[in-house]
Amino acid sequence: MADIVLPKNFVPAAAPAAEPGKPFIEIQDVSLYYGGAQALKNISLNLGEKVVTAFIGPSGCGKSTLLRCLNRMNDLIDNVRIDGSIKIGGHDIYAEGVDIIELRKRVGMVFQKSNPFPKSIYENVAYGLRLHGVSKKSEMDAIVEESLQNAAIWDEVKDRLHSSALGLSGGQQQRLCIARAIAIKPEVILMDEPASALDPIATSRIEDLILNLKKEFTIVIVTHNMQQAARISDQTAFFYIGELVEFGPTSKIFTNPSQKRTEDYVTGRFG
Amino acid sequence: MDNLFESGLENLRQKLLVMASRAETAVNQSVEALMQRDYDLALQVKTDDDIIDRFEIEIDEMAILLLTKAPLASNLRLVTVAMKISQNLERIGDEATKIAKRARDLSQEPPIKLQLDLPRMAVLALTMLKEALDAFVNRDSLAARVLIPRDKEVDALNRQMHQALARHMMEYPDTIGRCLHWIVAAKSLERIADHAKNMAEEVVYLCEAQDIRHTARKM
Repeated sequence: MADIVLPKNFVPAAAPAAEPGKPFIEIQDVSLYYGGAQALKNISLNLGEKVVTAFIGPSGCGKSTLLRCLNRMNDLIDNVRIDGSIKIGGHDIYAEGVDIIELRKRVGMVFQKSNPFPKSIYENVAYGLRLHGVSKKSEMDAIVEESLQNAAIWDEVKDRLHSSALGLSGGQQQRLCIARAIAIKPEVILMDEPASALDPIATSRIEDLILNLKKEFTIVIVTHNMQQAARISDQTAFFYIGELVEFGPTSKIFTNPSQKRTEDYVTGRFG
Repeated sequence: MDNLFESGLENLRQKLLVMASRAETAVNQSVEALMQRDYDLALQVKTDDDIIDRFEIEIDEMAILLLTKAPLASNLRLVTVAMKISQNLERIGDEATKIAKRARDLSQEPPIKLQLDLPRMAVLALTMLKEALDAFVNRDSLAARVLIPRDKEVDALNRQMHQALARHMMEYPDTIGRCLHWIVAAKSLERIADHAKNMAEEVVYLCEAQDIRHTARKM
């Protein structure tokens, strides 16, 4: 039989999911209350660095609430109480004296509905950089280009950087928001259903982008689309009524979950 | 998943069971045609094989349609296992046809004077087939695991028959043609047991999500 010579950068199609490495996000006994109602119940889980973790579960299960705990977005809501601890890169993000602006620089977020500023494409990416002290134009130009390239939108916008971002399609706007998030070099990117309003082609581009971004960033994504979770995540956590039911490698959760509630959810028997 | 998906899954399961029943009948009839020297029954098995082939295509079509809905966990395993079981059933149909062809030819010639253990082998292979299908219907992983080692008994019987027929051919060269028919028929029964074993392994995967194929110690 002739020897088959593989290209140097060959990656088998069925390459195993990345092994979750050393925990980067450590969530310990986290409970969250909206007034008297408990929305999260003693959640503990560790998320690896530079892996994609998907949070899945029916509406109201607490997955978005937990996601928003990771950059303290819930602080903006009245009557919220959070117990337990969350460490990112070894630092307790709820410790006294934590600079929330600095935290949100380390932990960026992309929302379900793209929310570009009503400014030019260039300004959307440059805005956060300015806030964080970048003022030199050549440096700014370089970071804007790099961010747009990393968000896989550069080729589509390079000739109209100073046009309004609101003129872009929904999928392009979402990639612009990702470019805006990565421009300030966060360590973690949180994504709350980032492709739920997009068509299959735009969704596919976002998914390809996420797979590329995990080389540099730790990504946590909330999704209702289980096939999407299966396609892009390394680890999956399934939540139900505020509880973490099961957490493990995505391949296991979607082919052979350990818990009956997970099996029932992923096979569509409830939710 | 929606009710439409659930009903699609149930239709797939039902179709597979009808195919299984056809394949089981084909094996039964081919063995009967062989033992009873029944020319007409042998021809019938051969004709009916086309129906089993069509089942395989229809089951693949149904499974592919279900896969477009991206099932997960036990639903995903059921669809993929259904495709593999239907492939095994189609091959069982082919083996039954091979036996039937030999039965047809043997029925036109005088019997050989040799006591063969083919009925026992047929009973073993058919029991394995029936139990593999029951294990699938009942999602009984234990029953599937229990029947897998019995394939070895069928292999051993096939070897014994092969040796007996080889000795007979040397002793009575005029029976070579007929003995070769019997060797092929025995080999087909041995293959049917192999397919039953394959299906049992698929049932274990369906129930436990454990792939136990090729895990036995290799000779």
